[in-house]
Amino acid sequence: MAAPVLNKKPGAATATQSLTLGKALNQGLRAAMEADPKVIVMGEDVGKLGGVFRITDGLQKDFGEHRVLDTPLSESGIIGAAVGLAVRGFRPVCEIQFDGFIFPGFDQIVSQVAKLHARTLGRVKVPLVIRVPFGGGIGAVEHHSESPESYFAHTAGLKVVSCSNAVDAYWMIQQAIQCDDPVLFFEPKRYYHSGFMKAEVDTTVAPDPLFASRVVRAGSTATVVAYGPSVKVALDAATAAEEEGRSLEVIDLRSLSPLDLGPVFESVRRTGRLVVVSEAPSEASLTSEIAARVQQECFYSLEAPVLRVTGFDTPYPPAKLEEEFLPDLDRVLDAVDRSLAW
Amino acid sequence: MSSPEQWTHPEPREGPAATAAAPTAEQVIAGLRATSEGGPELVQLLTPEGERIENPEFDRYVADVTAEDLRALYRDMVLVRRADREANALQRQGQLGIWVPLLGQEAAQIGAGRALRDTDMVFPSYREHGVAWCRGISPKEILGIFRGTDHGSWDSNAKRFHPYTIVIGNQVLNAAGYAMGQRFEGKVGDGDSEATMCFFGDGATSQGDVHEGFVWAAVYDAPLVFFCQNNQWAISEPTERQSRLPLYHRARGYGFPGIRVDGNDVLATLAVSRWALDECRHGNGPVLIEAFTYRMDAHTTTDDPTRYRHSDELEAWKLKDPIERVRVHLVRHEHADQDFFDSVQADADELAADLREFCFSMPHPPVNQMFDHVYAEASPFVDAQRDEFLAYQANFAGGEH
Ligand SMILES: Cc1ncc(C[n+]2csc(CCOP(=O)(O)OP(=O)(O)O)c2C)c(N)n1
Repeated sequence: MAAPVLNKKPGAATATQSLTLGKALNQGLRAAMEADPKVIVMGEDVGKLGGVFRITDGLQKDFGEHRVLDTPLSESGIIGAAVGLAVRGFRPVCEIQFDGFIFPGFDQIVSQVAKLHARTLGRVKVPLVIRVPFGGGIGAVEHHSESPESYFAHTAGLKVVSCSNAVDAYWMIQQAIQCDDPVLFFEPKRYYHSGFMKAEVDTTVAPDPLFASRVVRAGSTATVVAYGPSVKVALDAATAAEEEGRSLEVIDLRSLSPLDLGPVFESVRRTGRLVVVSEAPSEASLTSEIAARVQQECFYSLEAPVLRVTGFDTPYPPAKLEEEFLPDLDRVLDAVDRSLAW
Repeated sequence: MSSPEQWTHPEPREGPAATAAAPTAEQVIAGLRATSEGGPELVQLLTPEGERIENPEFDRYVADVTAEDLRALYRDMVLVRRADREANALQRQGQLGIWVPLLGQEAAQIGAGRALRDTDMVFPSYREHGVAWCRGISPKEILGIFRGTDHGSWDSNAKRFHPYTIVIGNQVLNAAGYAMGQRFEGKVGDGDSEATMCFFGDGATSQGDVHEGFVWAAVYDAPLVFFCQNNQWAISEPTERQSRLPLYHRARGYGFPGIRVDGNDVLATLAVSRWALDECRHGNGPVLIEAFTYRMDAHTTTDDPTRYRHSDELEAWKLKDPIERVRVHLVRHEHADQDFFDSVQADADELAADLREFCFSMPHPPVNQMFDHVYAEASPFVDAQRDEFLAYQANFAGGEH
């Protein structure tokens, strides 16, 4: 294997860089590849093109074709081969081009990726990461805007996380790569390159643990829980609600499996109200799970039933209807109103 | 002609392993040649210079093609190219979310599309605007997919043209099943026999579904023509990243014939497609056609081919333009005069103007559309969601917020 060429990062002397979410992922991948020669990136178009979203931009140039693989066009192949590479001691980071294209690889994920460790009584580890750009709002055609995370959270043996800002993106991807379990890594694609998601990323400050949720805005009137692209919606709703004298506490789940609901329980015990926001359809989903567990743990503290603001239980619609499909600030505020009116 | 043994297959070439060090530009092009160069096995009836060349095996499949028919094929290609360019421009002007260009693949699609009978069935991928045209589907009916108003508005049963399929390879198995149905219903043999044609790209051949489709169609002798448009690229990845052998050689491993045709030669594509459909209609089972062609534009309007493709390659392929060679042929043999070319151009411009106007006039889809067809049978749960959302929207319009 060719030795990696380590590039000195521009501005490496100062620890803080202003990065978009996409660029933060790129830098995080780069850092992980520099730290461990067993980390390899693989997927369709990830090499020369830098991925269709350019998240792997420049990596093949600097680390070579052995470490950044433009794979044949086959998701089952990407994930199945990554399992073999992981068994061999590599740490593959697979890119699935779009959320809707993970399903040709679904069999490998639920049959092999998820079960190998348990089946071998812990003798075989599968430390691979599957990166999935997910969610809507980019005006795309069919299969390019889905939120399939619940399928994976439903499967034992997989860990599922989602970042919502540049700082987390930078750290969480590195932590996921270091994790000895397989991690499904969901990235809110509509914020990859958006200027207002830009953040100062301090590469020297120790990050929060990977599998932990976090209160991103403190409040007392009601609790709003979200993840991925919906975190921004929840935060915007909280800002709007403030003008009406309502103080919403917003929690970014970050980890979808395992779910870290401790901070959610704690918050709901104070506010008595919970609204869960997600772009995925509601039936038999992560939001169902959260609602069930909160009512189980916080039954006596709840002033209203847990309400959910989600995508509809329909196939993802054509782009001109996604504004109606996706939870927005108004639907979140409406749910808060309904909760308070209880 | 149906016996696979008649198709010769060289030994796999000695090639670099797929993970060798970064290839140079020359190596990439050499690799492309090795796996993809037309070679002597390429069926061609019309050279890039517009010369008609004889082919003892395939001439008879186009023996009935008159000068008028050739002009019609030319017209088809000019019109679909014009519609394609107009849609591309509409995307650039923000009227479409995305467009998937067909530029360069007109002959492959028109040749295949015009070989079909009305009763045959087609399973397209997402770039088959030319085949759609041959099925009587107006470019307007395709626009909604890319403007974001619907997922394809044509009646796929009536037109016998399945909805576009975006998940790579899925349609290949669907086509196998459909063709099995044709066989189970006794639609092969003489008389009113039917066949199915399924379209996919060179990249798609790496998908499990395509392999499975080959297996299924073969073991059930399904009347299915697999039509692979090898346009040399799967987004940024050359065919070499999918295969070490020319793709049509793969058919042998499944036990049916594979053949490579010059996909920029509309006459050859028509002949080979007619032959393949005939094989199917007579119950000889599937055939794989590899139409050797080139994507002259970006993969989609979101793609940047300058990152991965050499401009020399594009320039070389421009000399093989599928439309030009027919034009030259028509002129050389005095099968068409300037009036004809002018009238085709006028038709093309009218089509484009019509498409543009239609695009601007497309209404915002009703919200109901999202909820109304999730299930064939009544779904109280989805209905309730719709009613709740409509009430919420009405409430919103009333200024409650
Ligand atoms: C299962 C799946 N994976 C990835 C994609 C994203 N994607 C769309 S087109 C494409 C390349 C397809 O290349 P090819 O099969 O050669 O067909 P072409 O577009 O060149 O006609 C890719 C990777 C997809 N649509 N479906």
